[in-house]
Amino acid sequence: MSVLIYVTHANGVIKKSTFETALYARKVADMLGTADVVAVSLGNVSQAELAALGNYGVTRVLADNSSVFTQFDSAAQTKALANAATATNAQVVVLSHNSAGKAIAPRLSVRLKAGLVTGAIDLPVISGASFTVKKSVFSGKAFANYAIHTPVKIVSVSPNAFPVVKGSGSATVEAWQSGVLGADVKVTVKEVKTMSDKVALPEAELVVSAGRGMKGPENWGMIEELADALGAATACSRPVADVHWRPHHEHVGQTGIAISPNLYIAIGISGAIQHLAGVNSSKVIVVINKDPEAPFFKAADYGIVGDAFEIVPRLIQAVKTFKAQNA
Amino acid sequence: MLVCISKTPDTTSKIAFTDNFTRFDTSGVTFIVNPTDEWYALVRAIEVKEQLQTGSVTVINVGPKENESVVIQKALAIGADNAVRIDADAADAFFVASQIAAHAQQEQYDLIFTGKETIDYNGSGIGGMLAELLDMPYLSLANHMVIDAAGSATITREIEGGVEVVTVNKPFVISAQKGMAEQRIPNMRGIMSARTKPVKVIAPVSVDTYTSIVNYQLPPARTEVKLIDPENPETLIKLLHEEAKVI
Repeated sequence: MSVLIYVTHANGVIKKSTFETALYARKVADMLGTADVVAVSLGNVSQAELAALGNYGVTRVLADNSSVFTQFDSAAQTKALANAATATNAQVVVLSHNSAGKAIAPRLSVRLKAGLVTGAIDLPVISGASFTVKKSVFSGKAFANYAIHTPVKIVSVSPNAFPVVKGSGSATVEAWQSGVLGADVKVTVKEVKTMSDKVALPEAELVVSAGRGMKGPENWGMIEELADALGAATACSRPVADVHWRPHHEHVGQTGIAISPNLYIAIGISGAIQHLAGVNSSKVIVVINKDPEAPFFKAADYGIVGDAFEIVPRLIQAVKTFKAQNA
Repeated sequence: MLVCISKTPDTTSKIAFTDNFTRFDTSGVTFIVNPTDEWYALVRAIEVKEQLQTGSVTVINVGPKENESVVIQKALAIGADNAVRIDADAADAFFVASQIAAHAQQEQYDLIFTGKETIDYNGSGIGGMLAELLDMPYLSLANHMVIDAAGSATITREIEGGVEVVTVNKPFVISAQKGMAEQRIPNMRGIMSARTKPVKVIAPVSVDTYTSIVNYQLPPARTEVKLIDPENPETLIKLLHEEAKVI
C-alpha cells in the first residue's frame, strides 16, 4: 500500500509544487494508515535532492534517470507513473494541478481506471469507503465536494493551496526501471523558453498586477520594481495583454491563467468579472485604484483609493525599508 | 478534425444552487459555448481547414437535445461542417471522454481539439482522457500550432514561467488556449447555412462514472474592504506583514 506522488523538476531542481504534493500525500497516507509515501522521479535528479524529499514526508523514491525523460511526453510519463502505482499498490496518487499535472493526471485516470479530481483545495474527507475532495468550480464562484468511487483515487492539488513546511527526514532512493522506452515518446521538445530569473506566475506566492490605469507600457517600470522589492511575480489584465503592453503569459483572468497566490496586488485594474474569475482564489487581495467605484474594491481585503503614480513609488520605498528591517 | 464543445453558463451568470446545495440552479442562467472551446479550439480547426484546403471540421457535444440550439448551432454558424451530439447528460469527465472516444474510434479523426478547460467545472481533464483512450499524444495548454499537409505539427504549449515548443505528427489531441486563434463572430450567411448542416445524434455507450458531486458550497463573503489612507500608503505594508501575515 502506498500514496504516490510525481516529482516535478526543471533541470534536476525539484519544484516547490512537489513539496506541496508530498505534504498532501503524507497527510492522506496518515489518514489511511499507510506508512509509505512514494515519489516517482523521472529524468536526471541528484540522489541528494531526492533523499531530501524526506523532509516533506516522502519515505521512498523510485528514480528512473533514463534519458527518454529529457523530452516531456505525457504518454510516456503516464506509463511510468502507472507502472509505479501498480508496483507499489498505490491507493491514492497525488499530482500538482500545474502544466505537467494537467497533462498527466487525466491520462493516468484512464490508465489506472481511477477517478480524478483536479485542482483540490483541501485534504480529502475519508470515512470508510467514502472519499470526497473539495475543489473550486464556476471559476472560483463556488466549491464542489466530489466523491471518487473507484478503488484507486487521483487528486491534483491546486498550487499554493497548502503551505510548505519543511520537516526533517530522509527518503530512501531506489534506482528503478519504469519500463518506458524510446518508442513510447512521440513528442519532441525543440525548445524551452523560460524566464529563469523571474518568479513563475502560476507558482508565485506574491503577485503584483496592473491594468489600463497604468496608461502605457512605458510606465511598467514601477510595477516591476514593486514586484522585485517584494519578490513577487508580475501579472496584468486582459486589455493590457490585448494591446501588447505586456506579454500574453502575464494575463490573468477567465481566458488567461487562474492563479491563487497568498497576496494579489491589483493596480489600476477595475475588476471586471472575467478578471476576478482568475484571481478570486487569492488569499489576500489589495486593490489600488483612483476610482472609488471600481468593482474590484468589493472583492478586496485592503484598498487604497488614489493615484497609482503617487502611491506605488511610496510602496516600493516602504517595502525596501521593511525588507531592510526584517532581513 | 473533431472539436469537443461544452455548454457552460455565461461568464457573468449568478451561481446558485437548489435541492440543499446538490444541484446547480439553472433558472435565469444563459448558456454559451465554453469560451476556450469556441474561441481557440474551434476557430483554429476551421483555420487549419481553410489553410490546407482540405478536410472537414466536426463538432461534438455530450448533452441533451436543447444543446443543439444552445451550442451546436453556434459552432456550425462559426464554420464547423457538421455536428455530433451524444444523447446523454454529461455525468463526469470520464463518462464524457469515453463517449467522445467511442465515436472518434469509428471515425478516425486526425486531430482532436478541446478548450483548455470549461468555465463551469474547471476540470481540464477531457483532452488527456481522450488521448489515453485513443492512444494518442496529448498536447495540453497549447497557445500556437502550425501543421502542414502531411500532418506534421509544431506546437507551443504553456509551462510554468514560459513556453515549450514541440513537434508531433498526427493523430494527436490538443487542448487550446488563448493565442491559438482569434474569436470569430458568426455572420448572417453562417447563421443561415448552419440550419442546413447535418447534426447526427448518437446513443451513449454504457460507461460507469468515476466521480460524482456530493454537494456545493458558496465561498464565504469577503469581509468589507479595509481602506487605507492614500496619504499613508506605508500602512499597507505594515498590515500585510502584521495582520494578513502574507509578507
